[in-house]
Amino acid sequence: MPSDNGVTTLDMSATELREINETLQSAAGSNRAFEVVNTRGAHAIAVGLDAPITVTVKGSTGYYCAGMNKQATVHVQGSVGPGVAENMMSGTVIIEGDASQYAGATAHGGLLVIKGNASSRCGISMKGIDIVVHGNIGHMSAFMAQKGNLVVLGDAGDALGDSLYEARLFVRGSVKSLGADCVEKEMRPEHIDLLADLLAKAGADAKPQEFKRYGSARKLYNFNIDHAGDY
Amino acid sequence: MDKTPRTLPRQSWTFSNEVNSEIRRAAATGIYDIRGGGAKRRVPHFDDLLFLGASMSRYPLEGYREKCETGVTLGTRFAKKPIELKIPITIAGMSFGSLSGPAKEALGRGATMAGTSTTTGDGGMTEEERGHSEKLVYQYLPSRYGMNPDDLRRADAIEVVVGQGAKPGGGGMLLGQKITERVAGMRDLPQGIDQRSACRHPDWTGPDDLEIKILELREITKWEKPIYIKVGGARPYYDVALSVKAGADVIVLDGMQGGTAATQDVFIEHVGTPTLACIRPAVQALQDLGMHRKVQLVVSGGIRTGADVAKALALGADAVSIGTAALIALGDNDPKWEAEYQKLGSTTGAYDDWHEGQDPAGITTQDPELMARLDPVEAGRRLRNYLNVLTLECQTLARACGKSHVHNLEPEDLCALTIEAAAMAQVPLAGTSWIPGKGF
Repeated sequence: MPSDNGVTTLDMSATELREINETLQSAAGSNRAFEVVNTRGAHAIAVGLDAPITVTVKGSTGYYCAGMNKQATVHVQGSVGPGVAENMMSGTVIIEGDASQYAGATAHGGLLVIKGNASSRCGISMKGIDIVVHGNIGHMSAFMAQKGNLVVLGDAGDALGDSLYEARLFVRGSVKSLGADCVEKEMRPEHIDLLADLLAKAGADAKPQEFKRYGSARKLYNFNIDHAGDY
Repeated sequence: MDKTPRTLPRQSWTFSNEVNSEIRRAAATGIYDIRGGGAKRRVPHFDDLLFLGASMSRYPLEGYREKCETGVTLGTRFAKKPIELKIPITIAGMSFGSLSGPAKEALGRGATMAGTSTTTGDGGMTEEERGHSEKLVYQYLPSRYGMNPDDLRRADAIEVVVGQGAKPGGGGMLLGQKITERVAGMRDLPQGIDQRSACRHPDWTGPDDLEIKILELREITKWEKPIYIKVGGARPYYDVALSVKAGADVIVLDGMQGGTAATQDVFIEHVGTPTLACIRPAVQALQDLGMHRKVQLVVSGGIRTGADVAKALALGADAVSIGTAALIALGDNDPKWEAEYQKLGSTTGAYDDWHEGQDPAGITTQDPELMARLDPVEAGRRLRNYLNVLTLECQTLARACGKSHVHNLEPEDLCALTIEAAAMAQVPLAGTSWIPGKGF
């Protein structure tokens, strides 16, 4: 039921996951606001949404929170398990805490903001999403990343951007190592503008000029026996 | 003149002409051989089994007058909307990209006319395929090319691909020559580059994770769609048991004769387990868990005839799936293209360079001129005819064994011609009561 402030509260201690997701998925065409409480680390909260609704998740979640999101804004006031916003198509997902592995995996669009740290494989196989991580990211992040932008205000772990395609990676801190075919690239004015826009959208207090850009050397795009050792 | 008798030139079995040609090719190019299709080596197969037929102790059904049902329902465990098929033969997943648009359309047309399902592949769902497939299974693959929630909901079932028989443990490869603007657009990648498909899913590892992934997929699709798990023939007992644990409605088990669009020949020929050897361990796992017939088992890899279908069902499968045979029915490797196969350095029946995109039959290509050679309506009819023949043959054998439904076929209806096949299929060697491994 909507409360006085117009926000509908969904209590996971009293309501099954199926009913909660059904309520959120059925909110098509509305601009309604929801809050999910007593999450207790449950998996697959607020998945498959397809309406410009706002969902505030009060607490930490398990796997795949906001998976395959379209249009909706999902704001998690806690930390999230693996695969947050996996395969997101559009909309915005904001995590106040940390994110486990595979944050934003294979996502096609939208904005994912992680205010804490993200674990390994952040942005793996991303296909167009923008991801902004206020903290650090773990190893093998942006593995086989195809499209989109990954912005990291902190440090990146080992093998950043391994087997990268056309995604752009921006890191302010240190990079422990670059993966196969990932190289540092020139920061041109259009990249500064792009980064400034993403930082502003993510509420990040950082200057674009402080970042380095990484991208694909494109040496592995077509198999060449002389590059076999690079794979 | 020397009168000493000469021995005939003797070719080495170890270093045969075929082996030597591969050594020369490798020495010239420095890269392994890539090809399409499944294992070409001889392995124990359904040909090594025979049906016993009815006799004094068994009562046959009249071939033309008594019913022998063929319907199968897939996805009865959890899905709200299981798939009802008229025949126990489905079309396996093959990607748009590896196959042309008209070929995908023809598969949809043929399957629909025959009352069965077809399956997408790596590369997403095309309108041709969705539009012409009454029942379409949407593959959920490691690459997630083209994956989106709208297509997920438009599908009739979802198949989580863990592996395939041609390359258990391997990823995929679509070489740049087949990456047209349309294919590249669907995969969110630049045109003309080699597209690798990862061998592992990006956001889960192991059956515990997969159980949660399946929960997510069910939540997104309102628990309506049957969820299949496809595994390559590797360790079928444990793979099936873990698939059940992960929450599968249906398990697709693909033996090493199952095809692929493109993979290293060494992988195709040297990794995996023959289809015949996969079925009994898989069925045993289902029986041990009390899930046989509750979680349906679909077997694929080298199914060619109604006899193959009937034998797979007799060993405990609920249905079979065909890929290579379906392509041949459409027109792949047809002798009418022999001159062109010769120009490509191949011959009818052996053409397997599907990854090069020069298929004379217009099936495994993205070349507009070659694609135009395949009439999807006519090819769809051929596939329908072929599926009908498989079904009729399967019914013929089932009736001969006295079965009013093809699912009533059982191992007791079979014997084996070789010790290997007897051991793998766990049926007696012909003329004996001996099942290797089961004692005397």
